[in-house]
Amino acid sequence: MLNRIFGILGRSTRAFLADTGALARLGAAACSSAFIDPFRGGRLRLQASIVQAARAGNGSLPLVGLICFLVGMIMALQAAQQLRQLGATDLVAGLVAISITRELAPLLVAIIVAGRFGSAVAAELGTMQVSQEIDALNVMGIDPISFLVVPRLLALIASLPCLIIFADVIGILGGQAVATGLLGIGGARYLALTLDALVLEDIYTGLVKGIAFAGIIGLVSCHQGLSTRGGAEQVGHSTTASVVHSIVLVIGADLFVTVVFYLKA
Amino acid sequence: MHKTFGDRKVLDGVDLVVNSGETLVILGGSGSGKSTLLRTLVGLEEPDEGTVSVCGIDLYSASRKELAELRRRIGVAFQGGALFGSMTVAENVELPWLELTEVPPTIRRIIARIKLGMVGLEDAMDLLPSQLSGGMTKRAALARAMSLDPEVLFFDEPSAGLDPVTSASLDRLILRLKKTFEVTLVVVTHEMESAFAIADRLALLHEGRFLVIGSPDEVRENANPIVQQFLRRQPPESNDGGESFRRFLDEMN
Repeated sequence: MLNRIFGILGRSTRAFLADTGALARLGAAACSSAFIDPFRGGRLRLQASIVQAARAGNGSLPLVGLICFLVGMIMALQAAQQLRQLGATDLVAGLVAISITRELAPLLVAIIVAGRFGSAVAAELGTMQVSQEIDALNVMGIDPISFLVVPRLLALIASLPCLIIFADVIGILGGQAVATGLLGIGGARYLALTLDALVLEDIYTGLVKGIAFAGIIGLVSCHQGLSTRGGAEQVGHSTTASVVHSIVLVIGADLFVTVVFYLKA
Repeated sequence: MHKTFGDRKVLDGVDLVVNSGETLVILGGSGSGKSTLLRTLVGLEEPDEGTVSVCGIDLYSASRKELAELRRRIGVAFQGGALFGSMTVAENVELPWLELTEVPPTIRRIIARIKLGMVGLEDAMDLLPSQLSGGMTKRAALARAMSLDPEVLFFDEPSAGLDPVTSASLDRLILRLKKTFEVTLVVVTHEMESAFAIADRLALLHEGRFLVIGSPDEVRENANPIVQQFLRRQPPESNDGGESFRRFLDEMN
């Protein structure tokens, strides 16, 4: 029994390390293609990146807006329930704003984009892999990382911070809706309290997290897609794995960035 | 060349020379190693031992620049077409020009029209691959493989999944293109009628080794019983399902 447990642990660790190594190699190759090759005569991939950014960004706006508005309302309600006992309902605005900007908006946006766009990327690249389209690119002398991975990675790095700013605003508005409707705090007063509590660091902490999350989602989904072998079932497996792995790594990265900013403060 | 996957030796000392301008057809049954051989020949699978030289360049030890140049001189038409589903047929054919040259869009479009016209698909330029029939997909894949006017063209199972009439029409197209462009063709197939129709030389692969390499007549007259069994489409006796079924019944009893 003990041998079996150690065996499972050992195989899982080995698989995790292999995956981490593969992700790091893919990241290095993508960065080289994106930022170094254009100076050596390589392609810039701007048009393809814009197309992918529209898919990742525009397509996610409605869902991000809805979820962040509702989460803003929930945060305000939860905060109000506790702060009312202390006669400090004025602090609801600041608490909601800081929670949203530092933590909830980046995390929720990352999870939504991983589920929506990341899974689509994994499925698309996985299907291309099993139908030999990636082989076709290779034999034509077209680098699949430059052609497929770079536009998607750049799209995510550009669109996630924009989505986070949108999510910040909508989340704060959600909190305001509760404050105005239930706590009797006027709109202008709520906004003033929010701006009083927020500092620039709250906002750029969220944006820095967003860029890190974008890199993770882009690399994980592309890696899962490109390493698909077999048929339709494996494409499905890769799609699921891309979402699960993205979310786990995003939360891990969230902890890491939060600790860094905490120690810096 | 040798190539092993796990415990399975797929290519066991394969030795092959393809002459410029000829059509060499690699015949073999399922599991003979044809697909692996093709993948090593086009640079997708490095052999464990041995070398692959195309147009005088060693595929697996060439520099990045040499490999990039070589890629423009070869074309590959994959078994399922491997057309990019998000692009139209014309965009598929234009892609090598878009990525590897500075040719402007209008000229690229003209080139795509010419290449698709050669294979009879001029009217399908703006269709998506999902809208094509099996035969049209093969022809579109051929047009894309010919896009940069390669010196060597590789074909993976051109007749797979096609009806006899469409298959014969594709064979005629291949012969016509070869005559017009004087291209070297390497075709991997298990369809004997097609193989003998288009080949200058045939090579029969069996369990990772060539049993015979020669002209169609030389292959037909080869005395090796496995070669004759393949040509006459006779299954080997040990594969007779009856024996396996009898053994199964004995085990059940």
